[in-house]
Amino acid sequence: MINKSAVEMAESLSKGEITSVELTKAHLNQINEVDGQVHAFLHVDTQGALDQASQVDAKRSAGEKMPALAGVPLALKDVLVQKGIPTTCGSKMLEGWRPPYDSTVVRKLKENGIVILGKTNMDEFAMGSSTENSAYGPTKNPWDLTRIPGGSGGGSSASLASFQAPLAIGTDTGGSIRQPAAVTGTVGVKPTYGAVSRYGLVAFSSSLDQAGPCARTVLDAAYLHEAIAGHDPLDSTSINAQVPAVVAAAKDGNVKGMKIGVIKELQGDGYQAGVLKLFNESLEILASLGAEIVEVSCKYFDYALAAYYLIAPSECSSNLARFDAMRYGIRSGQGSAEEVMNSTRQIGFGREVKRRIILGTYALSSGYYDAYYGSAQKVRTLISRDFESAFKLADVLVSPTAPTTAFKIGEKSNDPIAMYLNDIATIPTNLAGIGGMSLPSGLAAEDGLPAGFQIMAPAMKDDLMYKVGAALEAELNTKWQGPILNSAPKLGAK
Amino acid sequence: MSNISRDDVANLAKLARIDLSEDELAGLAKELSVILDAVARVQEVAGEDVPPTSHPLPLVNVFREDVVRPSLTTEEALSGAPEQEEQRFKVPQILGEE
Amino acid sequence: MALKYEEVIAKYEPSLGLEVHVELGTASKMFCGCNTVFGAAANTQTCPVCLGLPGALPVVNGKAIEYTIAIGLALNCSIAPYSRFARKNYFYPDMPKNFQTSQYDEPICTNGYLDITIETDEGSKDFRIEIERVHMEEDTGKSLHMGGATGRIHGADYSLLDYNRAGIPLVEIVTKVVNGCGKYAPEVAKAYVSELRDVLRGLGVSDVKMEQGSLRCDANVSLRIIGSEKLGTRSETKNVNSLKSVERAIRSEMIRHAELLNSNQRVIQETRHFHEDTGLTTSGRSKEQAEDYRYFPEPDLVPIAPSKELIAKIAATLPEKPSVRRKKLQEAWQVPDKEMAAMINAEVLDLVEATVKLGADPTRARSWWLGEIARIANEKAVAAADLAISAADVAEVVALIVKGELTDKLARQVVEALINGEGSVGQIIEARGIKVVSDDSSLMAAIERAIAAAPDVAEKVRGGNIPASGALIGAVMKDSKGQADAAKVRDLLLKHLGQG
Repeated sequence: MINKSAVEMAESLSKGEITSVELTKAHLNQINEVDGQVHAFLHVDTQGALDQASQVDAKRSAGEKMPALAGVPLALKDVLVQKGIPTTCGSKMLEGWRPPYDSTVVRKLKENGIVILGKTNMDEFAMGSSTENSAYGPTKNPWDLTRIPGGSGGGSSASLASFQAPLAIGTDTGGSIRQPAAVTGTVGVKPTYGAVSRYGLVAFSSSLDQAGPCARTVLDAAYLHEAIAGHDPLDSTSINAQVPAVVAAAKDGNVKGMKIGVIKELQGDGYQAGVLKLFNESLEILASLGAEIVEVSCKYFDYALAAYYLIAPSECSSNLARFDAMRYGIRSGQGSAEEVMNSTRQIGFGREVKRRIILGTYALSSGYYDAYYGSAQKVRTLISRDFESAFKLADVLVSPTAPTTAFKIGEKSNDPIAMYLNDIATIPTNLAGIGGMSLPSGLAAEDGLPAGFQIMAPAMKDDLMYKVGAALEAELNTKWQGPILNSAPKLGAK
Repeated sequence: MSNISRDDVANLAKLARIDLSEDELAGLAKELSVILDAVARVQEVAGEDVPPTSHPLPLVNVFREDVVRPSLTTEEALSGAPEQEEQRFKVPQILGEE
Repeated sequence: MALKYEEVIAKYEPSLGLEVHVELGTASKMFCGCNTVFGAAANTQTCPVCLGLPGALPVVNGKAIEYTIAIGLALNCSIAPYSRFARKNYFYPDMPKNFQTSQYDEPICTNGYLDITIETDEGSKDFRIEIERVHMEEDTGKSLHMGGATGRIHGADYSLLDYNRAGIPLVEIVTKVVNGCGKYAPEVAKAYVSELRDVLRGLGVSDVKMEQGSLRCDANVSLRIIGSEKLGTRSETKNVNSLKSVERAIRSEMIRHAELLNSNQRVIQETRHFHEDTGLTTSGRSKEQAEDYRYFPEPDLVPIAPSKELIAKIAATLPEKPSVRRKKLQEAWQVPDKEMAAMINAEVLDLVEATVKLGADPTRARSWWLGEIARIANEKAVAAADLAISAADVAEVVALIVKGELTDKLARQVVEALINGEGSVGQIIEARGIKVVSDDSSLMAAIERAIAAAPDVAEKVRGGNIPASGALIGAVMKDSKGQADAAKVRDLLLKHLGQG
């Protein structure tokens, strides 16, 4: 059962073939079996999950009309607060903290009867592309335990790829949903900025952060997308409009007559040959389904990474100021409040977080603001304009999700710039606030590891990504004779 | 070529309230110089005529009504406090102005 | 040896800059739905947003924006068609996010003015105080400094934080540099804050209680030698918690600066704290190393772009300006300038107006509020408005006097009793048995007794010496324990002695 899609599980639940408690227990067993190897979870809420599952079962047997995903388990990235459940953001700073409130995403999950299994590992405060920056140790890629599962949401993607959960929530500031999806052979969607409430999402970079669905199929992601999206009066930047019909789009999966734009700047140098080959094969499939493939140029994308590594650190330097040992979190050191703040922030934050705080502090400081933060904001405008022009030529835009397959744990941890390059293809959508999806494009010839195909759609037209993604996925699954994760190594019992 | 010194980093660390070690000060000075060189290229295209984007969506005027909503209970509010006394957050001696 | 103020102003010209913070009287906080009631138990009005908990997000209180626009319009400002919030980044334990959500280079209101008048030896003088900006921000929490000897921050062992106040909407009103006040600088500053307070009170946007901190003034002062163009170094004085203190603090700073300059010392640019007890300021944090606040646009809030219609709607509901209103009242009541100034100074103008509205004649209403009631307020060192006596009470007392049911003397007793909280006017009269004695026969009996006791005086009066009747009238009043109407006693007495 745990190898099925969330939609299949939901069907079995609604037909009464299985109860939510049974389904939840099956996943809790799998967590017990394999998470020692993978380390996807930071906290497993066994009792809470079972309680939630039995409530869903009770309602269902009482004949209540249930939401589509009611009773299906899910793994929650540890950057979203859940009342009473430890929330660390992968940081020592928040060790032991139990938030007194629910994030809007969690509230919606609960309303939809989705069973929250626990909190997943991540790069500290979502800063990283490998989950190596977690204060609680790295998560391993289920395809190869010596490799990274992507980041920052490596715990969520690894939990899906190792069948510990059929659904997960991620957050994406520069690719933290999509890049992990790409390197673990799963599906990840960053919706349009403002589509999913950020209330209760511990902020890394407020103008870039966006929560979204992680799953093993495009349709599963669509159902989860509809469950968590929608206007939230508690988030000023939340879109006050109808959520696009992404489930219908995923079920439709017809690309005939659509124009698909290949971004010239997101391929070539720096992209692994096997990754590019899979990307081109996917394009051929889409063409064979009746889509028209066009090439578009986004010349300012070359500046996206630079802009991102100014904007995100600047905003994070301010967002993370609240972690000061006064009101919550750990407290360390002696002396005055100021001394205690200084020493707590020294030991509470890891190296990458400190690096970005210092960089952001510099970029915002007087005398440098215009040259750095101000200029980066202008680049943001130029990138949005690039997208606008490109969307005049194409309905959706595509690229490889990440330039390479999963690298070895430790391989890039001492070279921040090499690490930052992982996000080169995912960052432009965050800067422009538009949606992006990654789905598996196959296993790279060089290393047999999964690669991702990225689809980008104009703001508030997230349905288009699902339409194209579902079409491609169906063809690829036929070609592979089943989902790609069927070829992943079996974990657990040795 | 950006040249960030150890003392520059020390000043930034003071602003950011992080008690960095000597090793970190030296290491970050080097790393920051490299990173700043890489990101400084945003200036090449940031012309006078390009307006900055601070928000990805062009929303304006998002307000809430002036209506009182329930607060947390005092216990919830203080639940994360490292120390508390008299229903208040207890913090070390505050230096500086009132 | 301390300089005299006269010596300071003989040599130096002061420049002022005033920053007034006003807590808006909204029901809920600036960015969350927590209550704003003053004096609630610690940390009972907090939530994830105003505690700065990880993940929480702000949403702007629309009423606070409307109030700010109203303030801007009342101060003759331009209202920006587009403005944004910004984060002011600095660490302080009373600030939960370690940044203050404020406004930086795009405030809601800019370039206004407020006209004020002060009374001087040479008569009334008018000044126009130019307003640079009016912007929105949020208040901080409150710290209690514990241990140590003083309860002050210095020497405290630890502090206790209450975040009920954190996130209450604040409006900051900043003047341009005010020059040309000369020796009247302290009075001008006080008059500005007082006028501003009246404007804000009239708008109904704040309860403007300086003693509770809902209106706070920071005063920037610098001196330059008369005739010199170059502004001197300024100090910024905080903790100025009353109108009187505004005046005192500025005077004290002017003297301190002059003493430094006269002895060739530098004035340090710094924050100073005013102490009510000594009337002096002490040094706070030096601003030589200007704090780098790293302002940037608040990404969690979207810009404010008030429509022309909204601004017009707010403009249409603005009340009369206090200066206009005062002029109208002065004309209607036929009050001399000096009396008017006295009412404003004693902060009883609103009360007098309310009393008159309830039917009292202006002269009586004024003399009660400015006389007996002001005297008691002064004794108790509180504002007349805070005494347990209302405009309705005074109007009722005045009506009884007019009807002849109370004498002035009896009315004073009633007023005192009201202030002591002894009940309503009717209850007090009943309980104390206060009653004007107007029954002619009992008065006549008292008059007879008085005459019998002092026949020589009575003889003088009969002989035409009217002033001599005073002694007899006094005796009758004493006899009636003050309850007789003196005018009536006089009438009856004189008639009885053949002089009526």
